[in-house]
Amino acid sequence: MRSQDRTRSMILRRRLAVALAACVALTGSVALAQQAAELVGPPDPTKTVPAEPLEDWVIDDIRKMRAYPEQPPIIPHSIEGYQLSVNANRCMTCHKREFTQGSGAPMISVTHYMNRDGQMLADVSPRRYFCTECHVPQADVEPLVGNTFIDMIHIGSQPAESE
Amino acid sequence: MRRIKRLLIRVWHLVSRPAATLSLGFLTLGGFVGGVIFWGGFNTALEVTNTEAFCISCHEMENNVFEELTRTVHFSNRSGVRASCPDCHVPHDWTDKIARKMQASKEVWGHLFGTINTRRKFLDHRRELAEHEWARLKANDSLECRNCHSEVAMDFSKQTQRASEIHTRYLINGEATCIDCHKGIAHELPNMEGVDPGWKVPPEIQGEELPQATVFDELEKRVASAHAALR
Repeated sequence: MRSQDRTRSMILRRRLAVALAACVALTGSVALAQQAAELVGPPDPTKTVPAEPLEDWVIDDIRKMRAYPEQPPIIPHSIEGYQLSVNANRCMTCHKREFTQGSGAPMISVTHYMNRDGQMLADVSPRRYFCTECHVPQADVEPLVGNTFIDMIHIGSQPAESE
Repeated sequence: MRRIKRLLIRVWHLVSRPAATLSLGFLTLGGFVGGVIFWGGFNTALEVTNTEAFCISCHEMENNVFEELTRTVHFSNRSGVRASCPDCHVPHDWTDKIARKMQASKEVWGHLFGTINTRRKFLDHRRELAEHEWARLKANDSLECRNCHSEVAMDFSKQTQRASEIHTRYLINGEATCIDCHKGIAHELPNMEGVDPGWKVPPEIQGEELPQATVFDELEKRVASAHAALR
């Protein structure tokens, strides 16, 4: 009957639409995958490749410029064997305010003494306790990928007009 | 009581009279040889208790402190010089060594009665045990450190800048001894609450001239005050 025909043709049309969409999705994703980044590493992951030499750490005690003001400064000295645990925080034994006179180390930033509401605390905030979550030493190696970072002083800002 | 007294009298009669059947030579030389054997045996047994293998024969030591030592610079380093348990915990000189061995009877007690025979007990005692060792090394001016390390033999040009500065300021001047700053050099640190590092300036002299200030610091101060006056 006519009503049955319409329902049937609607179902068929819907099925056709779904099948067509699936085909488009499949070919489209294949096309996109050709452009996406591939896995890096040795061409044959199952083969044994010679190990690269271990990197040298940059531990010359020279402070490096930060790439942006709020960057956690990198660690310019060796931290080998430094215990950073619930029991002991070796970093703080030089960089905490009360120890800086004896050690000569830069004091940790005041932001480390603030809780998340911006209130000043007497001691280091617990959220800043584990230093190496943000601060790292540098190794003397080439970057793994290309870097297009532009320092913000090079991004144009119009100077104020003089009088 | 009377039996003991009679026994003692009989022993005294035996040793206070000349030997009836044994010759003088036998007794003197035999005594001499026996003494040598005894002394050698005693010392050998003492040295056996001075080895790393003996120390880590207890699981309390092997699983806790020895395992922590294997991750430090005293176990594996560039020059391949390894320090084991007796190098740091037993003095080299004979008199100090015997004194330490007598103190070690407390450790035998601890082993027999299981003072730290579980991980939990060890962790609870860690601060107390560490404090004992810190006090010992502070009292003998880090004698065991100086078994291998000597401040007059340090080549400061080979150390990093921080290390050479701090060693010059504190170690060479005699202000601090090794253990004041190098706690945790061999085993993990306990809860360090209330333990200040060795370079902390005591509050009573904060703001004043430091004891390790040299004439150059005085000169710097005068130059800085002169420049401030010029502004």
